[in-house]
Amino acid sequence: MIRRTILLGTCALALLAAFAPVTGAGAATRLTVYTALENEQLTPYKKAFEADNPGIEIDWVRDSTGVVTAKLLAEKDNPKADVVWGLAASSLMILDAQGMLMPYQPKGADALKAGFRDAKAPPAWVGMDAWMAAICFNTVEAEKRKLPKPTSWADLLKPEYKGQIVMPNPASSGTGFLAVSGWLQTMGADKAWGYMDALNNNIALYTHSGSKPCKMAASGEYAIGISIEYTGAQQKTKGAPIDVILASEGVGWEMEATAIIKGTRNADAAKALADWAASRKANEQYVNFYQVTAHPGVTKETPNYPKNAEAAMNKVNDFAWAAANRDRILADWEKRYGTKSEPKS
Amino acid sequence: MSARMAGARTLFFKPAARSSSRPVEPGERWLFGLGMGGIALFLALFVLLPLGALFLRSLYDRDGVFVGLANVVAFLETPTLVRSVVNSLSLSLLTTLITVTLAFLYAFCLTRTQMAGRGLFRLLAQIPLLAPSLLPAIALVYLFGNKGILRGLLMGETIYGPIGIVLGEVFYTFPHAVMILTVALSTSDARLYEAAEALGANAWKRFLTITLPGVRYGLISAVFVVFTLVITDFGVPKVIGGSTNMLATDVYKQVVGLQNFGMGAVVGLVLLLPAVLAFIADWYGQRRQMALLSARSVPFQPRVNPLGDRLAFLFCALVGGLLLGLLAVAGFASIVTFWPYNLTPTLANYDFAQFDAAGWSSYGNSLILAFWTALVGTVVVFTGAWLVERAPGRAAMKGLVRLMAILPLAVPGMVLGLAYIFFFNAPWNPLGGLYHSMAILVLATVAHFYTVSHLTAVTALKQLDAEFEAVSASLKVPVWTTFLRVTVPLCIPAILDIAIYFFVNAMTTVSAVVFLYAPDTKTASVAVLNMDDAGEVAGAAAMAMMIVLTSAGVRALHALLSRALQARTQAWRRR
Repeated sequence: MIRRTILLGTCALALLAAFAPVTGAGAATRLTVYTALENEQLTPYKKAFEADNPGIEIDWVRDSTGVVTAKLLAEKDNPKADVVWGLAASSLMILDAQGMLMPYQPKGADALKAGFRDAKAPPAWVGMDAWMAAICFNTVEAEKRKLPKPTSWADLLKPEYKGQIVMPNPASSGTGFLAVSGWLQTMGADKAWGYMDALNNNIALYTHSGSKPCKMAASGEYAIGISIEYTGAQQKTKGAPIDVILASEGVGWEMEATAIIKGTRNADAAKALADWAASRKANEQYVNFYQVTAHPGVTKETPNYPKNAEAAMNKVNDFAWAAANRDRILADWEKRYGTKSEPKS
Repeated sequence: MSARMAGARTLFFKPAARSSSRPVEPGERWLFGLGMGGIALFLALFVLLPLGALFLRSLYDRDGVFVGLANVVAFLETPTLVRSVVNSLSLSLLTTLITVTLAFLYAFCLTRTQMAGRGLFRLLAQIPLLAPSLLPAIALVYLFGNKGILRGLLMGETIYGPIGIVLGEVFYTFPHAVMILTVALSTSDARLYEAAEALGANAWKRFLTITLPGVRYGLISAVFVVFTLVITDFGVPKVIGGSTNMLATDVYKQVVGLQNFGMGAVVGLVLLLPAVLAFIADWYGQRRQMALLSARSVPFQPRVNPLGDRLAFLFCALVGGLLLGLLAVAGFASIVTFWPYNLTPTLANYDFAQFDAAGWSSYGNSLILAFWTALVGTVVVFTGAWLVERAPGRAAMKGLVRLMAILPLAVPGMVLGLAYIFFFNAPWNPLGGLYHSMAILVLATVAHFYTVSHLTAVTALKQLDAEFEAVSASLKVPVWTTFLRVTVPLCIPAILDIAIYFFVNAMTTVSAVVFLYAPDTKTASVAVLNMDDAGEVAGAAAMAMMIVLTSAGVRALHALLSRALQARTQAWRRR
């Protein structure tokens, strides 16, 4: 009887032991890559990279910009990520300020546009592409609700848009933050906060995801979503009755970038990914989604993508300023508009 | 979860069983001590210490500098957070009122009438248990959103806010209240009613003087359970809360949005307050509750009452139909091509890879998580409950284990998850290897759903006479033989209930795992959350439907299995 009990205990222990983290089978190095890329980008990027780098497999941890940044900061003392691929440059600068990034000069990074990499040598991060704030405007709902088509940020303050506009919460969404940071940098603090105060009156909801406002506009839940230009093009191609508008004053934008986390146990594989992410081949992947990429020679026409995107991007865009002031901006924002924000998770 | 499971909850208010007084052999004593220590260690490691880490974290600012109570002061000075307290309290109270009233009527119809289709209605009431709480919210958007089918019914009010939250939460909490009240209403002594009738009391008087007093502790229990569920749920407010903030969602905003872990920890601690209240109420109730049933009780058998039974049927059909309807709407949402402009049915939304990189693998992860949670959870919980109930001596340790076993009910999953990050990802923690593994998801889920399972096991054990152990002892049979040969077989229905409860909850839970999943352990419920968050509502609905179908399938299997087993092992329960 005692033997049976012992047996039972052993079984229980064996069960617990079976949970010990399973390391990947075979010799493949598994890279844990934190990212805020859109979901549909993950599979093609991963496939393309792994095809060129047999023996390395990517494990994605994907969430919106704020979530990924928070997660990385939370794990600061004991990092889980090997590489960050596809996170806002301003977020990477915060990590860099905390000493969490391993500077590395990827092969061929010199060929990239000068603005698309960290100024230090070797750079702590290297840019991939730019994305920007766009207005998604549902034409069917607009007709029903008799709403004129907006063409500028100023237009969005019109009283007839009250309760019709959705935008991302800058605290959790990189898109939300770049829009806010764009207004602050181009209008100046006082005018920008005044603008946001007025805009807040028309906002129905602040979402946590940057692409969700456009998808809400696409499904007619709300007529207008301040969102990502690429999501707009994608939804329109899917059949959504929307126009994708780049505001005439110029739009805030942000850069997606790659960086290696200091202390990674897979430094070689991480460097291979950093090299690949800066390559022309990688940029040819990025351009399938974003028209403005780090590589000067890579361009492509995307269906329904707004015209002249590069020209519409704000000329003044200081990532370092945005990174240094992010906390303060978000705290101010939260104090002013936090009650309207959509809760999450 | 079945009626037995709910009975566990009313047990908050039952007196402790008499302990068996039998001689203990040294070997047994050693084993009991080891087992008890193991359970205490388990609960300490996976409930108490992480919460302690959370508490400590609340005393530090975002840069890790000790600031004492500054975070608490900042909390009280932030108007939006205080507003959330008001929202959380008022909406939770309103939901509790509506749910408990509806659930009481429903349970009353189930137990005290002879209406047709009681078995079916019992099943219908359990529908919400099969789905993550995000599902009713998604369905409500399709019904009452700005492009919703029944938008007109709201008369211009928006579903994004208090209305949506309350509707969604009523759906989500209804089965819990029904189960508790069904059990409370089932355990009645027919002799009281016979006596009352013989003394000339009319139906109304019998209701007021026998039925209500008999279920008052069940009612209190239902109120606390529903209230705690609502105030700690974030799935519903997340999807449909609009700009109405709740405490549970504030935790997330503080942590994720503002990266303010100290403040997140403070809000998490505030959410623990309902638990403290429940404790006090439990303690108070335990001292007052007397056993309703004695060995001589006669089960109550409702009589046929044509008019009453018909009304009861109408009511239950209405409520059950609404529950089923909401599920059907979610099913509809999952097969529409492009809501609301292209309603052509399609299965394309079930091709999850287009919305979410993990694709179908998150569904596979959920199955693995649910399986292990059911297995580990059942073994740990049942053994633990047995030790607490039947092991001799060690009153202080038992008290501690009981306390730790009740605690998880009140800890919001997200708070537990956050606490796990602080505890298991601390560089000094030797258990750090668990972080980012499937094991930590399993352990977090077991811990999160420990209480109800524990109470179920305790209920089942309390129904067994302690004489069993005494008799075996006098026959010189070791206690573990009694455990394996007598106790476990007799408790098979409860054990199956516990296993299924763990399984289904592991399938549906979001909050317990959302901070803890790793790239290769992302679960289906998290995928629902992520997809909804990215605005891919159809994909989210489709994955939620997969969870519902799986839970329902496992439930059906469980029903068949327990019927077969019941016939074999539970014959002694029959009259």
